Amino acid sequence: MLAYTIYLSFAGALLLALLPKASGAAARAIALITALAGLAVALAGFIAAAGQGSVLISDLPWVPAMGIHYTLAADGISRVLVLLTGLAAVAGILFSWYIGDKDGDRANEFFAFFLALIGGVYGVFLSVDLFLLFVFYEIAIVPKYFLIAIWGSTRREYGAMKLALYSFAGSAMVLIGLLAAYATAGSHTMNLQELAHYNFPISFQMWAFPLVFTGFAILAGMWPFHTWAPTGHVAAPTAASMLLAGVVMKLGAYGCLRVAMTLFPHGLDPWGWSFLGIDSWRTVFALFAVIGIVYGAVVALVQNDFKFVIGYSSVSHMGLVLLGLLTLTQIGIDGAVLQMFSHGVLAGLLFATVGRIVYERTHTRDLGVLSNLQLSKAMPFAAWLFVIAGMASMGLPGFSGFVAEVQVLVGAWQAFPWFAGVAGIGIVVGVAYTWRAMQRAFFSDNPAVDASGAAIPIPQYEPVTWAEKAGVFLLAGTSLLIGLYPRLLLDQIVPAVQALPHAILTGGR
Amino acid sequence: MNAINYASLFQLTLPETILEVVSLLILVVDLGFLRKSTQATRMTAACLLAVLGSLAAAVCLACCPQFTQASAALVSTPLVVAAQIGILLLTALVLLLSFKARFSRNPGEFVTIVLLATTGMMLVTAARDLLLIFIALELLSLSLYILTAFSKSSARSAEAALKYYLFGGMSAALMLFGFTYLYGLTGSTNLAEIAASLATQGVTPLLVVALVMVAAGLGFKVAAVPFHLWAPDTYQGAPAPVTALIASGSKVASFAVLVSVTAAVTTAVVPAASSSQGASWTVLLLTMAAASILLGNLAALVQTSVRRLLAYSAIAHAGYMLLGIAANTPQSGAAVLYYALTYALTTIGAFGVIAIVERATESDNLDAFAGLSRRNPLLAGTMLVFLLSLAGIPPLVGFWAKFNLFSAVLRAPSTSHWGLGFVAAALAASAVSLYYYLQVLKRIYVLKPTNDEPFEISPLELATLVLIALAVVALGLFPSALSNWIPLGNI
Repeated sequence: MLAYTIYLSFAGALLLALLPKASGAAARAIALITALAGLAVALAGFIAAAGQGSVLISDLPWVPAMGIHYTLAADGISRVLVLLTGLAAVAGILFSWYIGDKDGDRANEFFAFFLALIGGVYGVFLSVDLFLLFVFYEIAIVPKYFLIAIWGSTRREYGAMKLALYSFAGSAMVLIGLLAAYATAGSHTMNLQELAHYNFPISFQMWAFPLVFTGFAILAGMWPFHTWAPTGHVAAPTAASMLLAGVVMKLGAYGCLRVAMTLFPHGLDPWGWSFLGIDSWRTVFALFAVIGIVYGAVVALVQNDFKFVIGYSSVSHMGLVLLGLLTLTQIGIDGAVLQMFSHGVLAGLLFATVGRIVYERTHTRDLGVLSNLQLSKAMPFAAWLFVIAGMASMGLPGFSGFVAEVQVLVGAWQAFPWFAGVAGIGIVVGVAYTWRAMQRAFFSDNPAVDASGAAIPIPQYEPVTWAEKAGVFLLAGTSLLIGLYPRLLLDQIVPAVQALPHAILTGGR
Repeated sequence: MNAINYASLFQLTLPETILEVVSLLILVVDLGFLRKSTQATRMTAACLLAVLGSLAAAVCLACCPQFTQASAALVSTPLVVAAQIGILLLTALVLLLSFKARFSRNPGEFVTIVLLATTGMMLVTAARDLLLIFIALELLSLSLYILTAFSKSSARSAEAALKYYLFGGMSAALMLFGFTYLYGLTGSTNLAEIAASLATQGVTPLLVVALVMVAAGLGFKVAAVPFHLWAPDTYQGAPAPVTALIASGSKVASFAVLVSVTAAVTTAVVPAASSSQGASWTVLLLTMAAASILLGNLAALVQTSVRRLLAYSAIAHAGYMLLGIAANTPQSGAAVLYYALTYALTTIGAFGVIAIVERATESDNLDAFAGLSRRNPLLAGTMLVFLLSLAGIPPLVGFWAKFNLFSAVLRAPSTSHWGLGFVAAALAASAVSLYYYLQVLKRIYVLKPTNDEPFEISPLELATLVLIALAVVALGLFPSALSNWIPLGNI
């Protein structure tokens, strides 16, 4: 059933692409209906599969001569991420409801690229055949470029090109690893499960693992390959930043877990020598993840562009995901998957607040300018929304971020106590940058008087639209729901993590 | 020497014969009956006849292929037939896109020479004898030199043709020189006999000289570095349909002959004796491959003319294919052919779009493409498909071709010590190549048009381009569709 998420999205994209110069409103409606249908399918599939392990969806020979099959299946991890994709798609369209109001908006093209991207993302999360996974992975890259380059803002062509090249370089690394694995195993199959049972030589795994892991981790925003993320997020239109942070970065983390770690678990083994405590690729990447957590948070602390704050916070939060994966413990990986979901929802909410609700009305993202606009009075909805989203994102109990971060930190404490401590510092800095951005943007104590002492009137902005409210309630409600009752997701995540190859949960030993 | 059986030879060359007859017919019709007609009518009639002729030849090949044994001078194997049908269809597509071409005042002669070139390509593909290879290559090359100069009012066209001719004449001389050495070393011009004879000899300096000479000649045909210098100028100066022909059918034929020559000079009858001279040829191929991949992709980054950009990208693609040829297994040979055919198909589409844009804007600069998506969304959509396929983005056919080629290279037993490094470099380079393809697509989709007039496109041109784009997508979604002709994966 879940496969229809893919077909619906691509069908919607095709329909929109074939509607030349349709009125913006019609294009929006088609896109919203498609995304809602996708979300409904994702939700129904999620509920229907409760208590089940991996469910095979389809298995058709595609290129029999090369052993490539059209194999789709979903386990708990996939189902959770498919659900996230459905949510992000609907929210993204709701927050793009202004596109198509003007004649030159090219709304049908926008939503066609948007849905093509979503279809690719669904496909990656559901593929079991690695070739198919790679095909969907690349399908998801191309629309990002156009979404940003055409409808973006600050330095959009630069941001879009940088993002496309980083993504493509990462996918080239992945492809080298996959091709080598395919050829080494005899070119009979690309099925992930079957390839995972082929015992690749340790020396092979030792170079293939870091290559493929890095290839995917580039898209997950791993330090030091994260630089595409802030520029891309800032340049992107709101819906595209929501998708980028919400689901595209998850593609990278998902690939790290599902492909790199599953195929080459012995790549995580110790090298047999150590330098400054670094004794395996696992510690190398865990170190990168921790640096990402702290670096992202510290850089977010000094940004003046509101969107850069959120962009760097994404780098920091995705570092937690990677750290959780590399703990190789049940609780750490549970937490990492939950953090993927949580960050997907919350980053979407933050980008929507900053990029759509605030920027589309004030036309500035400069915290210095915003601090003079008395936004808490002019836009109380946005102010309180950011308070809630910021609190959730910094890990306030009661929201999804808390449950996820605690699990990651517990796992990290078991695996790398030092790193867990440093990651904790990163989370504290996270409180600081959220607080600072909130204070400067919304609750500034700049005097509301001009140079001559006369009171500056509170600016008037367009009221918040129904679409924005619907999107906000969808995302904030989800985060709250998961924060209060995380078992909704954990009941599916935990068995799926338990079912991962044994080597992953025990550090390859 | 056996007596030649003319009846069976005629049967074998029936498709080529059809092409020749049709080309003569075109001359008669054009210069005889249609002398007083308008330019447009004459072009239409000539192109129509030629399209029908090449389709008839293709049908003739597809329905009753005559297979011969591999030692003949002119062979016909399933792979050769597949390549020949491919070449005929590519020529038909080029001609379909030339209906509206206005560069020539002699439509009959233009189309006739196109068909002659096609005959050359088909013979080159089938030839397994040095003399026949040389003659067929010369038929192909001379036709292409003339076609390049066909735009008589354009100085660039003449310059490109002269350059192409001088480089081509030089490399043909070198190749013939190499062929004579091979003949001297082995006493035969037949590739199968050469292979058998070489397998019993060690590497001599003479053999190395011969191989380098042959590599120079064939490297010129496929535009591999360092024999690529003609390509950017010719691609830019030649009339668009001619460029499409040079970039498509001619490439397919040249790679086909490279595959058969490689098989001959490295075939292992006695593995121990042949490995070393096999290695020297492989080193030559790999050097050209690496240089082509590197230079092609890097030089393409800075081009402002889309034609030159595609010329450098063609050099890079030739580099990828040379890797497959160096691997030298039946599987990699088939993979190279699959790559060449699908690449040719895509390139014809791209040059079809360029021709239309040029007609409207008088320029092939990147900026001439600005805002194409707003002036003609369908045309822009086809260019999107072509360029993404060239960049190797799935699910388009270019990706399958790359995947099939590189997995064939990695699996070949001869590549154990260089395969992975070269494939990794090729994949890294193709990540770089996305940058210049996106430069074109950025103009098409992101920038605003400088003028909003819709393009002048004939329905036939648009239909052909859409057909090619659909084929690129469909072959990407169902890559096994051709597997009856060209096997994918393991053989």
